[in-house]
Amino acid sequence: MTLRAYIISRVLLTIPMIFILLTMVFIIMRVLPGDPVLLHFEKAEHPEAIEEMRQKLGLDKPLWAQYFDYLFGLLRGDLGKSMHDFSPVAEQIFSAFPATLELAIYSMIIAVSIGIFLGVEASKSYNQPKDHIIRIFGIVTYAIPIFFLGMIFQIIFAVNLRWLPVGGRTYPTMEPRGFTMPLSQPPGGFTTHQFLSCVAGLIASTLCFVAFKLKGKKITRKILGILISIFLATWILWAWVGWYFISIGELHIATGLYTIDSLLEGNLYKFAEAIRYLILPSLTLGLVLSGVFIRLTRSNMLETLRHDFVTAAKARGLKEKTVIYGYALKNAFLPILTMMGLQFAALLAGAILTETTFSWPGLGRYIVERISFRDYTAIQGAVVFFGILVSIVSLVTDLFYAYLDPRIRL
Amino acid sequence: MGKPIIKRSMLSRIIPAIGSLRERGLSGWLVIFGAAIVISIILMTLLAPWISPYDPTTKGVNVGAPLTPPNSKFPFGTNHLGQDMLSRVISGGGVMLQVAFLSVAICLAMGVPLGLFSSYIGGMFDRSVCIVMDSIYAFPGLILAIAIAAMLGRGVVNMALSIAVVYVPSYFRVIRSQVLSIKEVPYVEAARSIGAKSRTILFEYILPNVVPSIVVVATVNFADAILTAAGLTFVGLGVEVDIPDWGWDLANGRRLLPSGAWWVITFPGIFIILLALGFTLMGEGLSEILNPKLGE
Repeated sequence: MTLRAYIISRVLLTIPMIFILLTMVFIIMRVLPGDPVLLHFEKAEHPEAIEEMRQKLGLDKPLWAQYFDYLFGLLRGDLGKSMHDFSPVAEQIFSAFPATLELAIYSMIIAVSIGIFLGVEASKSYNQPKDHIIRIFGIVTYAIPIFFLGMIFQIIFAVNLRWLPVGGRTYPTMEPRGFTMPLSQPPGGFTTHQFLSCVAGLIASTLCFVAFKLKGKKITRKILGILISIFLATWILWAWVGWYFISIGELHIATGLYTIDSLLEGNLYKFAEAIRYLILPSLTLGLVLSGVFIRLTRSNMLETLRHDFVTAAKARGLKEKTVIYGYALKNAFLPILTMMGLQFAALLAGAILTETTFSWPGLGRYIVERISFRDYTAIQGAVVFFGILVSIVSLVTDLFYAYLDPRIRL
Repeated sequence: MGKPIIKRSMLSRIIPAIGSLRERGLSGWLVIFGAAIVISIILMTLLAPWISPYDPTTKGVNVGAPLTPPNSKFPFGTNHLGQDMLSRVISGGGVMLQVAFLSVAICLAMGVPLGLFSSYIGGMFDRSVCIVMDSIYAFPGLILAIAIAAMLGRGVVNMALSIAVVYVPSYFRVIRSQVLSIKEVPYVEAARSIGAKSRTILFEYILPNVVPSIVVVATVNFADAILTAAGLTFVGLGVEVDIPDWGWDLANGRRLLPSGAWWVITFPGIFIILLALGFTLMGEGLSEILNPKLGE
């Protein structure tokens, strides 16, 4: 099979999967015993209010008509209206999603780095005490409830030591006001100051790239190094001095990811704040997810280290570090990459609990909040959103894998 | 037709495995250790009414002052209602164990026949079951369970049902892949050629060979079910308030965190970890013993 044929067949296979998933969610939310509107009111005291809500949400139609409304609404990106405040669910979900995405990205980075590091360490000392300790650590991460770990971190680092904030996403005065739908908003107020710091950053990173490309010419490298550090220093100084002029006002939202937005603004203070609030949640989620990566890296490395090319590299007298990280890990990296895609579902599930623990204003907290409001249309919308997101991520992972490893396409 | 030989060979794989766990080295010890944890927690929960020092659900100051740190009278402290945490921890495993056993039972009842028939019949039926199972499997488990539990309402049975739906595909997949490989083995073909009924082949020739994998999946699934149950309780979809439950204590403890009441969450949390760890260790060990090929 060629790559193109594989892509087409894989994409075609995703469509029925998403369709089944949507139908399943519909069956769960509408067909299974338990009428969402009646459940919402808890006590059937006001029949007219119940009727009114049914009409407003289109739940008074026959089931098949509701089903088609639901499917065609989804095609237009319409996830229905919330039972709580009658505003479009899709809008609420899109405004909450960047927070979840930011948490997910940093947690994944932490999980993969811990996983690779400990996995490699374990495989280096196979069947020795160090290996056993790392394996036990991996098993414990499977068994630990994620919110329990989060609360323990909160007690130690936030309540007792007061090093880090207990929860939330950023300092209250920095919280963007009127933050509803970042995707449709233009990047807020891009000042000259921010523009210049961005240009400085860009130049610095280009120079970095060039410096890596030039090998062997030591003098040029040195000069470039000095130039880069001057530029970086200017950028940082500019951002710090600039902060006094801007004050800790609200964050301007461009991407919805606070760490990136604060850098776009060139305000390192805001960046530091965003990171400070991210540390505990992402560490919690990352640690719990790292077990899978430890196990995977370990078993893959054990297999790779047996190969002849590793022995050959060792025989040529290369350092152990070079052999392991430069030669062996490169070969074990493909499964790790795939696992990152596969773990995305687990990551989202973990994010729900982490967000609830840390009052992180993302999608998980949105779902939990809506459960307490008995807002069933919103829950349905969020579940559908998660489902489609996971299907797309798994599709992209598979395609990426097929691109990197031609054997898959056979 | 005489007794199928394969049945005895399956027993001869399982019984010595249980009988001589200690001779199996590390993996045997994992199973013993895990089983010891699980059995002692089950015993503790069953004996709770007799061994807990106070009534875990009494409210008010007649038990203890609210949020007393651990001391000699209350070794695990008290919660915001003045209830003794030690008593709550001792009797708090009941809900989780019930949910876990019930959901594993439902999973077995649904996943095993589905996997057997689907892979044995094959064709369109198999393909459509597969695609449904794959779509459930790809879904973030907790989120699906939350959606189902939100609709079904509170209660042990509803929690177990919503967890079971999420984990049926993992049983289905394992059984299906096993059956597909066993179906082609010569002795099954031989049985078919001498005219054995499909039912006989399925239940007496194929099923016994799948049992070891089912045991492993179920054991690992116990841990997943417990953690999912804890998660459901944490997001507010657990059982009613008055039943002592580790998950509920954790959810409740989150609100008490700012006061620094670490004892309200620490002890129930440790017991959830122990229970899940017990099952995970058992699963690890069993999978190494029963499917040596999967080891490492």
